[in-house]
Amino acid sequence: MTDLLLEWTIKIAVILGALLTAVAYSVLLERRIMGFIQLRRGPNRVGPFGLLQPAADGLKLIFKEDIIPSQASKLLYVIAPTLLLIPSLMIFIVIPFGSEIVLFGRKIALQVTHFDVGLLYVLALGSVSVYGIALAGWASNNKYSLMGGLRASAQMISYELALGLSVVGVLIQSGSLDLVEIVRSQGGWNGMHWNVFVSQPLGFLVFFIAALAEANRTPFDLPEADSELVAGYHTEYSSMKFVMFQMGEYCNLIAAAGVSTTLFWGGWMGPGVETYPALSLAYFTAKVFVFVFVFIWIRFTLPRFRYDQLMRFGWRVLLPLAILNIIITATVKLLVS
Amino acid sequence: MQSSITNYLPILLMFLAASGLASILILLPRLLARRRPTEAKLRPYECGVEPVGSARERQSVKFYLVAMIFLLFDIEAVFLIPWAVAFPHVLKDPAYTPLKYVFYGEMMVFMVVLLVGLVYIYRKGVIEWNR
Repeated sequence: MTDLLLEWTIKIAVILGALLTAVAYSVLLERRIMGFIQLRRGPNRVGPFGLLQPAADGLKLIFKEDIIPSQASKLLYVIAPTLLLIPSLMIFIVIPFGSEIVLFGRKIALQVTHFDVGLLYVLALGSVSVYGIALAGWASNNKYSLMGGLRASAQMISYELALGLSVVGVLIQSGSLDLVEIVRSQGGWNGMHWNVFVSQPLGFLVFFIAALAEANRTPFDLPEADSELVAGYHTEYSSMKFVMFQMGEYCNLIAAAGVSTTLFWGGWMGPGVETYPALSLAYFTAKVFVFVFVFIWIRFTLPRFRYDQLMRFGWRVLLPLAILNIIITATVKLLVS
Repeated sequence: MQSSITNYLPILLMFLAASGLASILILLPRLLARRRPTEAKLRPYECGVEPVGSARERQSVKFYLVAMIFLLFDIEAVFLIPWAVAFPHVLKDPAYTPLKYVFYGEMMVFMVVLLVGLVYIYRKGVIEWNR
């Protein structure tokens, strides 16, 4: 038991460290890519290629004045960013980063834990972040913030339906909610039997779009809408509380990339994983990186939706498509059996 | 690897670690940063103009309606997920072979009923934001 406890603690420490680094550098990556797409250089002065920029920004933000507006609800105002950040960090304990590797003569599975309801746990935590955003909007007592918070909550619950229904096809394929089992069920064809190739291209499309909306990324960034709501729900937040929102959002982004990879793109599966287990970690990281890159790329390619378009798209297109996907998958599965 | 009840313990560990991190992030600027609040600084931001009235005005009832419909359809998902997990096992098990069409058909009927509900919602214009 103490052995297990130690193993979990070490794994959690490693994951938190890796995740915070990944978050810091995906912000830098986004700014650099934004620069290149807009034909300028982006931040490149602090350290080689601007690699120390996140540290400089972090240091700057720690010393910024921490403002609590006089009309805000103080307790909720402080709690709101933690409600976004904590669940988005907690998602990562069930995501399988790789298969089992042998370290110090001990078999170590490359995920913190796995249990029967892994995917439900991910979906549940994904919806908790709505509270953080809605409360931030309410507690700030600012018109822009409240609008942003309300928009965000309506948008996120609308797209959460499509998100929840689009994974059902994967469940029909794998017969388990355990993310490790879902990855293992995609192991055929020399590690290329990925759900997106086999039967779930439609499911993946719906999931991907809904995940984009869940993470409040362009073209679904109406809650922030810099040009109309001046950053929406975090208009009033400064200093580290602003950083927490930013971190929570990027954690959600990486989580969306990780879950998409796990459910549809074979997770850590790939050719040669059976013989070289360490390769699985590289496959997973590469796939997540590609997803994060695509998320960033989309941000600077597509314009923002209008709110009525957003709602109509979610309810009239994505939701029926997700249901259609379930019907097709179940019918094919029944006929093949 | 067997999934057991102890496998859920890391949730608590991760929660503690994440809350610890969050509290540090909240406390750090309190200790390090200068605080010089002025009246104008603490006012709600409205592009530099004096704020007019309170932010907590009445909002469109549509947000409320969307939340209600979300609850209904999320319960649909709650029913679908265990069915989907059981479905491949039912198909594989020879003991269930005569029942597999029933197992499939029941869920299809359930989904048709929900689709009718969805069409009703469209007709009612709950999702039409520009009306």
